[in-house]
Amino acid sequence: MSAPLKLRRSMLFLPGSNAAMLSTAYVFKPDCIMFDLEDAVSLREKDSARLLVFHTLKLPVYSRVETVVRINSLSTPFGLTDLEAVVRAGVDVVRLPKTDTADDVHALEAEVERIETDCGRAVGSTKLMAAIESAAGVVNALAIATASKRMIGIALAGFDYVMDMQTERGDGSELFYARCAVLHAARYAKIDAFDVVFSDVNDDAGFLKEVELIKRLGFNGKSLINPRQIDLLHNAFAPTEEEVDYARRVVQAAETAESKGLGVISLGGKMIDAPIVAHARLVIARANASGLRT
Amino acid sequence: MKIVREALAGTLESSDLMVRIAPRDDELEIVLQSEVIQQFGAQIEAVVRDTLAKLGIFAGLIVIEDKGALDCVVRARLQTAVQRGVDAWTADWSALS
Repeated sequence: MSAPLKLRRSMLFLPGSNAAMLSTAYVFKPDCIMFDLEDAVSLREKDSARLLVFHTLKLPVYSRVETVVRINSLSTPFGLTDLEAVVRAGVDVVRLPKTDTADDVHALEAEVERIETDCGRAVGSTKLMAAIESAAGVVNALAIATASKRMIGIALAGFDYVMDMQTERGDGSELFYARCAVLHAARYAKIDAFDVVFSDVNDDAGFLKEVELIKRLGFNGKSLINPRQIDLLHNAFAPTEEEVDYARRVVQAAETAESKGLGVISLGGKMIDAPIVAHARLVIARANASGLRT
Repeated sequence: MKIVREALAGTLESSDLMVRIAPRDDELEIVLQSEVIQQFGAQIEAVVRDTLAKLGIFAGLIVIEDKGALDCVVRARLQTAVQRGVDAWTADWSALS
């Protein structure tokens, strides 16, 4: 039996300096929890947040959820110390902000490997992801996505990107090219793709409209800034009962055809080819991992 | 390490604590206020003493106003206050664990 599908639908942002949020966020059960040491932490609290996240990562309750830490850029006075702290504390994934080139990932990987060796952590066990926040990052998305075997995903960060593009957030058309570029890079590299945050936490309809769009485009999930958005997102990503029923019929037809040595599969008079069977298996795997849409 | 100046870390929000430290010549004085002092006062003080010992701090005034923080938060805030209150921060990561 194959391993359950690894879901990364929701990546919940938490300010690294907020003790209450860090102590309790696991109860919301996002797929990934991202402790932020960068933009959500003021300059005067960088030292405090780093130590808070260092200790929080070791709490047993966080061993059951994928932990991600957004460190400060390695070009700042904080980045390298952030990295020392979180790799030693056992973080699952380091998220590099403002990634413009593959060399940014190479520099990060070299430091991670040095720290792993220093502290006795298995080399290669710290995974990486990159946030794309500029035109340069979007143009170089493919090189960034394929820069390291440690990469598990790339994320588009909308606000910095639209500023760099000299525009502002609107109906989503301003992100169209960047979303497609990041997504294609991720798919080519066989890693996950994460969409931007939706900042109006009181606009559920707007949030779900954006989720429907990015799901159809092919994103794995979305960065979130409020726990209220988790259930909405997970439900929107869950297959419907009808979709799962159809997927099961497709897989059954494929297995029947294979047992009879037939090359062509037919279901309800429609020809079913290999990509459709593969998609059906993915729908079933998603349903097994997430449950059905309610 | 030696505390050479007054320093502050943390907040008074729920699940956090405020730590104030100040230099003392040769004694360690810990003043602890907590909403859960009856149940957890001894445990919080033990965490404070252990954290300071690992940092090599054996003298100073340590004032803690706890708002129901987890042990890991107590350690983090205390280490931050010490980091801000010493001249040369020499603790390695194993001393912080």
